[in-house]
Amino acid sequence: MPATYQNPRYAWRRPDALGRAAAEEAAVVILGGGVVGLTLALDLARRGTPSILLDDDDTVSLGSRAICWAKRTLEIMGRLGLGRRFLEKGVRWGQGRVYVQDREAYAFDLLPEQGHEYPAFVNLQQYYAEEWLVEACAATGLVDLRWRNRVTGLENRADGALLSIETPDGAYRLHAQWLLACDGARSTARQALGLPFLGQVFRDRFLIADIVMRGDFPAERRFWFDPPFHPGQSVLLHKQPDDVWRIDFQLGWDADPETEKQPEKVRARVAAMLGPDIPFALEWVSVYTFRCRRLERFRHGRTIFLGDSAHQVSPFGARGGNGGVQDADNLGWKLAAVLGGAAPETLLDSYDAERIPAAEENILNSTRSTDFITPKNEAARAYRDAVLALSAKHALARPLVNSGRLSRPAVLRGSPLNTRGGEATRLPPGAPAADAPVLDRGRPDWLLRHLGQDGFTLLALAGTGAPGPAPPPGVARLVVGETETTGALLDHAGLVAARWDLAPGQAVLLRPDQHVAARFDRPDPAAIAAARDRALGKPA
Amino acid sequence: MSISTEPRLADPDAFYAALMEAHRGLDEAASRRLDAALVILLANQLGDAAAAEAIRLAREAVAGPLGGTG
Repeated sequence: MPATYQNPRYAWRRPDALGRAAAEEAAVVILGGGVVGLTLALDLARRGTPSILLDDDDTVSLGSRAICWAKRTLEIMGRLGLGRRFLEKGVRWGQGRVYVQDREAYAFDLLPEQGHEYPAFVNLQQYYAEEWLVEACAATGLVDLRWRNRVTGLENRADGALLSIETPDGAYRLHAQWLLACDGARSTARQALGLPFLGQVFRDRFLIADIVMRGDFPAERRFWFDPPFHPGQSVLLHKQPDDVWRIDFQLGWDADPETEKQPEKVRARVAAMLGPDIPFALEWVSVYTFRCRRLERFRHGRTIFLGDSAHQVSPFGARGGNGGVQDADNLGWKLAAVLGGAAPETLLDSYDAERIPAAEENILNSTRSTDFITPKNEAARAYRDAVLALSAKHALARPLVNSGRLSRPAVLRGSPLNTRGGEATRLPPGAPAADAPVLDRGRPDWLLRHLGQDGFTLLALAGTGAPGPAPPPGVARLVVGETETTGALLDHAGLVAARWDLAPGQAVLLRPDQHVAARFDRPDPAAIAAARDRALGKPA
Repeated sequence: MSISTEPRLADPDAFYAALMEAHRGLDEAASRRLDAALVILLANQLGDAAAAEAIRLAREAVAGPLGGTG
């Protein structure tokens, strides 16, 4: 077990409903205290919505697990108040380097553009992320964290889910008006509902070796195809905080997981890679296989699935954890709006409409990467090897090398919540907000810090005259100006105008999750109100 | 967009012979890699649409169309 991290043990409290005949009533119950469930609980709490979170364990992730947090996840954590912690502790990187045999084939830069608060990626062990989320959830006073509460039965009804729960002190029943199943790839909720979880199995095995070493490898993603120290297979290297390094060895389908987990065997593989002079200690070892699959629908009446319980991808591309956090980001404001009476229940259908295509995109990309890394037949192997052979000398082959297409936020193009117009702009309806540096009363600041904290926001680029009409009630207004104006953020670098494709007088309506709902050439209150209502799923 | 299926090579026999010569001395797997490398180079020269059409025509010629409507 890890030497650099001690898992916290969270206190178990005896639920009041224990031993009572009647089921306890709750509006929102979140199943699973992993990254996704905790993000959702915190997001709901930030919007004033209380929840009960059930977890069958009493601690955070055992082992580092998900380590690559993408820019969009960091922005979401920023909105939730945890962004700085990720930046301070995490290892920033934005470069990837691909090696073929004993030579470098090419390198790529994931975020060549300057002027964003968050980098392309930060590497951080999953347990830190979960620990901070737990602390933040507890501090809101709105999340009832129930550790060592294991769900043993689930009845999905029209008025919610009736849960049977076991605790160290006995059993009780809990009726959730809304059940949010964030309970991972082996989801109890999914199994209880008997929902098919279909997709592709990959016939390959991988070994994760997290090691502690003081190596002088840079903070970048390094991927080897067929290196001399691990012939015929691929290897991935990532830096984590605390001098921990993630090494992911491809083993092939015939490898025996038990043998491969033996410490001496793992040490030999690592030593072959690092050479004889670099001392290291094993931190965490795991052998895994994976699938790419999803539920047909994520919403099943009052039970809604998020993260790995809804969809599973290969680890190449960092699309599992990051995709799950985007699920939570997408559902939180919608559920809060429904519970607060601001939106009809049918708004929650848009979670399926928006997140199923996003999951499809993640599955497509991660499947393609896996097909390249693990060729399925001789023809596929010949093409893969030909691409790698060409890539050293010829730039044309490099874009075909696929060692993982790294997580990008979903653009919700086909969403029923979008108002048409501006599809050809750099930031069309459905796109996540683009960050940019601004000056707030002379102080350096970031645009995204001003969006989505209070629900819908109208972002307007100040024109020559008055700042335009007041937005309808319930929509905050944020004015950005090209010159110093009272009450406006200053777009001193011109990057807001450029990244948002905005001319003076134009405006963009943003949803509480910082996605574009509508764009206006000449914003008027009636059009803004109509777009806001559409984004809340209200019938026209 | 359609690719030309009319003859365009001035010396077809020389082209064919050069292709055979490139495979000389290679085992099955290396031959396969050579053909694959050739396809990648030629596809890049053709561009997306023409390459897609070439894939379709090649499949049709050796094994019939892919899928229902080809």
